[in-house]
Formats: sequence, C-alpha cells, structure tokens
Amino acid sequence: MAAITTPSEIRAGLEKRRGTNTGGQIFRTLLLVALVLAIAMIGAVLWSVGVDSWSLLIERPWSFLSNPSNSSAELAGVAQGIRGSVTLAAIVAATFPVGVGAAIYLEELADDNFLTRLIQVTVRNLAGVPSIVYGLLGLAVFVQQLRGLTGGPSVISAGLTLGVLVFPVVVITTSEAIRAVPQSLRDAAYGLGATQWEVIRHQVLPAAMPGVLTGVVLSIARSLGEAAPLLVVGAAPFYSTGVKNTLEQLTGAFTALPMNVAVFARLPADTWAAHAAAASVVLLVVIFVINLAAIILRNRISKKLGR
Amino acid sequence: MTLTSNSGQHAVEATTIRPLSQSNQRSGEPVNKEIKIAQDAAVSDIARPPASTVFDVSDLAVYYGEFRAIGGVNLDVGEHEITAFIGPSGCGKSTVLRCFNRMNDLVEIARVEGQILYHGIDLYDSAVDPVAVRRRIGMVFQKPNPFPKSIYDNVAFGPRIAGMKGDLDELVEKSLRDAGLWEEVKDRLEKSALGLSGGQQQRLCIARAIAVNPDVLLMDEPCSALDPIATGRIEELMQEIKTEYTIVIVTHNMQQAARVSDRTAFFTAELDEASGQRRGQLVEYSETGQIFSNPADERTEAYVTGRFG
Repeated sequence: MAAITTPSEIRAGLEKRRGTNTGGQIFRTLLLVALVLAIAMIGAVLWSVGVDSWSLLIERPWSFLSNPSNSSAELAGVAQGIRGSVTLAAIVAATFPVGVGAAIYLEELADDNFLTRLIQVTVRNLAGVPSIVYGLLGLAVFVQQLRGLTGGPSVISAGLTLGVLVFPVVVITTSEAIRAVPQSLRDAAYGLGATQWEVIRHQVLPAAMPGVLTGVVLSIARSLGEAAPLLVVGAAPFYSTGVKNTLEQLTGAFTALPMNVAVFARLPADTWAAHAAAASVVLLVVIFVINLAAIILRNRISKKLGR
Repeated sequence: MTLTSNSGQHAVEATTIRPLSQSNQRSGEPVNKEIKIAQDAAVSDIARPPASTVFDVSDLAVYYGEFRAIGGVNLDVGEHEITAFIGPSGCGKSTVLRCFNRMNDLVEIARVEGQILYHGIDLYDSAVDPVAVRRRIGMVFQKPNPFPKSIYDNVAFGPRIAGMKGDLDELVEKSLRDAGLWEEVKDRLEKSALGLSGGQQQRLCIARAIAVNPDVLLMDEPCSALDPIATGRIEELMQEIKTEYTIVIVTHNMQQAARVSDRTAFFTAELDEASGQRRGQLVEYSETGQIFSNPADERTEAYVTGRFG
C-alpha cells in the first residue's frame, strides 16, 4: 500500500463515499419487504378467521365452548375438541422424557462413531417426514397392534402418535441445548471429582434446561395443530359424550380441535362457515395459553438456576 | 518450612533487577514494573534439601490420535512447593498438567504413555479411579468457570458430591476465607456467582477447589484472564496456601513464574522434520532462580530473556 503522507490525503481516505453502498441499500429493502410480507400473511389469516367467526362468538360464546358436537348448527360446540386437545397435550408432554433421554445419551454418553452419527442424521431426517406418515404408523402400531392397551382409535393412540411425531424435534432441540453448555462447566465439575452422572445431573441438564423447554414448548404447539395424523388414527367427527369414567374417555371415541375445524369446514357453508373459523380461534387460544404457561415455567426454572 | 524460596515473600532481602524488560511488554504488564528476584536464591537453591516428592513423572508422552503432542517428560514435583510450567503456546505444558488429574481422559482421542507416580502410586494403573484422583488433585482453569449457581452452591458442590458430613456452612466459610474472598461475598452468598468480577470468580474457583480438601492444586494459567491487581491477589493467595497444598501452575507470564514458584519447568515446541508437526518437549527443569538467572540450556535463556517465544 502506498504510504499516505499529507493530512489532505488522510482526510480524503476517511471521508464518506457517496453512492457506493447501493448494494447494501437494496439488500436492506429486500429484507424489510420480506418481513412486511410475513407479518401481512399472519395478519390476513388472523383477520379472516376473526371476521368469519365473529358472528358466532358474539352470539353464543359459552354454548359454543361448552356444547359437544351436534348435527344442528345452532347447538354444535367444541367442548369435546377442547378436552381432546388438552388431553393430547398432556400425553405428548408425558412422552418428552423419552426424547430428552435419547438426546442426553447421544450427546453425553454415546461414543462419537459411525453408528452415533448415522442415528443423528436419521433423527434429523425423521423431523422432516410428513405428519400423515406418522398417522399411518400410529394406525398400524397403536390402533391395531396395541389395541388391547390403547382401546383402538382412542385419544391414547392419537397422543402416542403425536408423541412419536415430535420425538425427532425434541431430540434435536435437546441435543442442541446440551451442546450449547460450555465445556468449561463440565471440566469444572469433573475437576472436583464429579462422576459423569453427577456432571450431567447437576450441571449439564440444569444449564440446558431453558433450551430443552423451549423445544418442548414448540413441540406441543406443533402437535396440537396437527389434523392429518388424527384423521388417520381415527378421530371421530361426532360422538355421544354420555356418562363415562376416565378410562373409558381415554380409550373410547375422541376428537380434537383441528378435527373439529376439518369437520366443520366440510359441512355446508351457509350454516357452518362460522364454526370452522371459531374452532380455529379456540385452537389458537388453547395453543397460546399452553405456550404461555410453558414459557413462564421456563423462566422460573432459569431464574432458579441463577441466570 | 525451613526452605528459602525466591518468591515475593522474601522481597525484603531482595534487590531489584530488571532482567526481563522485553518480555514485560508481551505479557501486558507495565513495562517499567521492576521484578524482584531474591539475590540469594541461587545460593539457597543449592543448599535446599530435597522435598518429599508428590509426583514422579518418567518418560511421559501424550498423543492426540497419531500426533504426539509432547514427549520425553521427566520431572519431580515436591510437596508444599509451587512448581511452574512455562513455555510458548502449543508446547504441551497444559497437556502435561492435565495428565496429573487425568483430565485428559475426557478427551476421547488423547492417549498417555509413560508413568506418573503420585506418592508412589501409578496414576494410570487400571485399578485407579479417575474420579477419586480428581478429588485429591484439584484444578483451577484458565478462564474462571463458576457454575451458574449461587456463590454458596459453587463452593458446596464438591463437598456435596463427595458426600462430606459435617457443617457445610462452616466449610464454605473456611474455603472462602482461605481463598481471600469471604469479606467480599459474605453478605451475598445466595446471589449468583456470575455476578462476581473476573478476579472474584477465579478466587471462587480456587475456594471451590480447596473445599474438597485436595492434596494438590493444579492451576492452568489461572491469571491469564485477570488484570494485574487480581493477578497479584491470586499470587499472594498461592503463597498463603502452599503450606497446605502442593501447587503446579502453568503460566504464560514469566514474571509470575519467577515471583511465585520454587521450581520451574521450561517446555518448548520444535518442528519435527519427519512428520512436519510441532512437538512439545521439556527442555529444562530446575530451581526457579537457576532457570531465570543461570539456565543450563540456551533455549531456556533465549526464552526467559525474551529473545524468543
């Protein structure tokens, strides 16, 4: 580089150059357009659902929430769907320890060899498998093979199917959360004479917990929005609630909010159009509430860990 | 202890000399800060009776896969002494340090050859439990690495997993006092350790390490992330606790080695013509005064006078 000697040369070199940053400006504009588009799409969905459901939710909000499904548009409600979705969320949550445990094993215990890497790649690919394929798996395994335990097309079969559906996502997010735990933390604990179990139990898992819970929250939200696997597993469009004990409810006919939406949407639009939109609103609210609860739980755990 | 050390404790009988002015600049310390080295060090070193040996290392070599990171290490570490490992980056001094408490076991591809006797027991004997080794031989790391927990829980972690009975509060207080941190944190023991300054965090890590009452403390560049004031505190602390512990310290800071240590090992890395890789080796191991004032090897002299490295 040529030596800069005079003050005017230094000044010239430091001055802002005009018109040279057009590439940066274009890029910036494109990013902004993308952001606006995304927000507009979400806004459009919420708007259309809100407008469509408005008349019904204003007219009879409580009977819509508390009535079971009915062939009459004036009486039909989503109580069974709400109960089904909440039960599904609970069953999916109960399957999380399997995914978290698998991830801990893969990250902390398994040797880093060909088999381990093959499993990791496979799990990542499984996360991209369409949900209806998981529905077929659930139909074959939980509904047919394990009929004696699940009662066939029941909320248990559907919940376990959704549990398998989110298993790869849980493994991946947990793995990433564990990988993000600094090695220095493990070294510190090992250096004090901790066993591998103590290092995992007392240091790695608590430090990874916020990340794990974030993955878990996203998994619940995703599984609650699924309709395709429920259709395959055999969610009922209508069924009589009757008087049943808990076991009968868990192993008997069931439905869920996405199923309600699908059923309502296929009925004649003149009397049923608002129902599908209103059921969607209820589904969004249920997911929002569950997410909120999980985020509050996560923050409390993080605070407890002294972060 | 009747031994005379050439450390800061004896600054009274020291004369001020400036043998390392060039290296001052590299280590980030004030250039004109003069280093005190006891002039009588060389004399007393010769008269020094051999201390009881804690580690007896013979023909130690460490491989990472096929690559030999360091080899041909032979040295003794004396009880209640501070032994310093110095040398340029990549010379394998930290690798050797991590052999002493089997931390290298955690690196899957690392392989250790040769022998390390700890009070006469082969550390790498198949009957030796590395977890038990690390309970007796504690470690302080380069970057302060407190757990993301309260100050109290940081210190109490080691005793808890070791299943220590007795008054935990008392032990936590004693450890923090020994580490010179008690007065600064006694009112906020339940607060997160991550809220402490870097120097405080490192003293907390020392408190945490001594809470399990180890025999040896290994310190891997414990002051490299700290400012000179925090460094001075840690060095004072090392002098205070050496009556109870044997300390081995890896440092990039030659003045630190000169100030605190009784013996110094100089390592370097040289290009291996056959493999084209840089291999670490132990060049010289002697009394600290000897290393800094009258080294036997010209490479040591070049390094300690700042002409190389």
